[in-house]
Amino acid sequence: MLSRMRLAVAILGFGLAAATPTFAETVQTGAVPPPPAPASVAKASVANTSTADHSKFEILQKAFASGPEVTAACLTCHTEADDEIMHSIHFQWSYESQSGQTLGKRNVINSFCGSVSSNEPRCTSCHAGYGWDDMAEAPPAQETAADCLACHDRTGQYTKTATGAGHPPLAPVKPGTLTITGAAAWPVDLAKAAQSVGMPGRDNCGNCHFYGGGGDNVKHGDLSSALYEPPLEVDVHMSPDGENMTCSTCHVEEQHQWAGSRYDVIAADHPDIAPGGPRETASCESCHSETPHEALSLDGMKLNDHTDVLACQTCHIPEFARGGAPTKTLWDWSTAGRLDETGKPIVESDWISPTTGEHFHTYMSKKGDFDWGEDVVPYYAWFDGHVEYTLPGQTLDPDQVVEINRITGDAEDGVSRIWPFKRMAGRQPFDSGNNTLVATHIWGPTTDTAFWTNFDWAKSVEAGMAAMGADYSGEYGFIDTQMYWPITHMVAPAEDAVRCAACHAQEGRLVGLAGIYMPGSNPNSIVGILGVLMVLATFLGVLGHGLLRLVSRKKGGSHE
Amino acid sequence: MSNRPMKSRQVNVYPRFERFWHWTQMALIFFLLFTGFAIHGLHHLIPFKPAVMLHTIAALLLLTVWIFVTFWLFTTGTWRQFLPRIKGMIPVARFYAFGVFKGEEHPYHKTMWRKLNPLQAATYFAVKWFIFPAIWGSGLLYLTYNFWDGIPNSGFWITLVANLHLLAAFAILSFVIVHVYLLTIGDGFRKHVQPMVTGFDDVALTPEQEAYLEQNEPWRLKG
Repeated sequence: MLSRMRLAVAILGFGLAAATPTFAETVQTGAVPPPPAPASVAKASVANTSTADHSKFEILQKAFASGPEVTAACLTCHTEADDEIMHSIHFQWSYESQSGQTLGKRNVINSFCGSVSSNEPRCTSCHAGYGWDDMAEAPPAQETAADCLACHDRTGQYTKTATGAGHPPLAPVKPGTLTITGAAAWPVDLAKAAQSVGMPGRDNCGNCHFYGGGGDNVKHGDLSSALYEPPLEVDVHMSPDGENMTCSTCHVEEQHQWAGSRYDVIAADHPDIAPGGPRETASCESCHSETPHEALSLDGMKLNDHTDVLACQTCHIPEFARGGAPTKTLWDWSTAGRLDETGKPIVESDWISPTTGEHFHTYMSKKGDFDWGEDVVPYYAWFDGHVEYTLPGQTLDPDQVVEINRITGDAEDGVSRIWPFKRMAGRQPFDSGNNTLVATHIWGPTTDTAFWTNFDWAKSVEAGMAAMGADYSGEYGFIDTQMYWPITHMVAPAEDAVRCAACHAQEGRLVGLAGIYMPGSNPNSIVGILGVLMVLATFLGVLGHGLLRLVSRKKGGSHE
Repeated sequence: MSNRPMKSRQVNVYPRFERFWHWTQMALIFFLLFTGFAIHGLHHLIPFKPAVMLHTIAALLLLTVWIFVTFWLFTTGTWRQFLPRIKGMIPVARFYAFGVFKGEEHPYHKTMWRKLNPLQAATYFAVKWFIFPAIWGSGLLYLTYNFWDGIPNSGFWITLVANLHLLAAFAILSFVIVHVYLLTIGDGFRKHVQPMVTGFDDVALTPEQEAYLEQNEPWRLKG
């Protein structure tokens, strides 16, 4: 093992010595080379339906000095694109939900990183634009602030720095710079990216959405780096061995507005799936219909019986966080800030992935205690698609676990179905005087208020609340929270769907869900007990009768 | 009829179709009880999904048999055998409650058009008119839930249907227990099961009936 490592080092050394000038340049700037184009690009996971080869456009054949310069070039032909994208949730980070709330990253506080307010250039590194560094202000309005390449680069080497308010790393890259996926940053070749543009692949969406909450699969549980090139058993739709679909195959788009939102979920879709019918929703039914199982088989008929109460995902995503990337299941901020005897931050990595053997953080002075899960059995609940957030300023009950987002629904409302969720457990700071959630100033390497720099909650909360312009009593505490993430990706092959007996059993997966009759889940129901008693009484009666006959026969009463 | 001399003869009272029906029904009912109670979670000798599939197939088979039986019962007039009569019921009931312990003889003698004793007929009447329709009705509704799940409160109705089905199943099991036990009374289990195997049983015949059979259906008489 050791000798093999030495050999590898030696080869690497030779390679460096014999490097071409371009290699030497990258060494000089201290940056890393861009990653090879993801296989999804090579395998053309996106059907090329374009009649234009962007590498032939003169306007794209030049050295670009910044992202906005590329956008300016794009807009010379795509005149309305900036307007469209700027009205989308990807740019506004604001969303008027059906429950009447204004949601979106700009407005909500979650149980992961807390709030965007006061942490802008870090959090807005994933903004689909350039230079939004103050949440108190609307996103930048100049047309070149839209980031076309984040979604349309097909070279795989376009990225954004982790702390640059949406800008890409450009040469020379400052050593230590990271990308939004946490990798060491490389200088992006903007001209190459601009000439490559096409419809988004899984990598374009995934580079932000797979890393929500500060790392791979931390937040969603069903969106992880495993979906760049998923094996068939992880995701039948997106696997190159399956349908090789991209995100936008389901999340259909019109004028840069996408179908499918966890703020307003279609809990039960009733689509017109006639050939040529419209496809406007990101639901399973929009392709598979409401009776997707073989209608002429007993098995299929029985399974079709279930689609009125069960979301497709409930059976067909047996576990989430599959494919080797665990998800964070608990985040306790209240223990953050503990330092070692020399005053240095502590990092403990005691959670070991059962599939990869990799260690994951269980304590960090910066973030507190964590727990992780891989191949997690979801939490199930009736869901009508409505989500209501506990928004900043809303009064909460300090004696209860706070539901960061409440999901509603029941068996009787005619729209709900049983859905799978990742239920995130949190413990996070709150205003113990006003009983509200608080914004926290977490990131800010040069400030004396950011928690990660100063490990002082009082300053962090005060600065966070000030940045959000919110009323703060000056007293903070910690409160237990819960957050629900609908599980809808990582659809397994049909043969791996949840077994009947996983629910149709005592203490099955859906135990405690009201409003459904589930054979096998309650053999000791009242009718069940009555029935057993009836049979028992019959049996005892017959037994007694028989015994009496035996006894009376011994007395000589037999007629035989 | 009572003032004429009756003669007991071995008569074919259960034609081949009736025997086939009886034993097919028995096998399917046992199978349905076994798989049904597995679905209900009373035992785990067979996993849930195969239990559901086999239960459904067995039910459809039995339903098919029943369609033929119904046709047969009405075309042959055999349905009259199952009409309940009050007359003679009390002596039979009294026999099972007391007489049997004293070694009395069974008060009922089979006649050509009354194969069943009054208590039997009443029991089968209840089984055929209440318990079987309950199990079939609820079972078919259960099976076709797909077609009516859109009605208001379908969750409540399916619960009702399922529980009715369950209760009927327990009633059928109780019937089976008593049915098998009663075979042991009197002439004994073997003697009672035999007619449903061979078709022949001791039947009290009027001279006219005997003469008719000897003349027209001699194959129905033995010895």
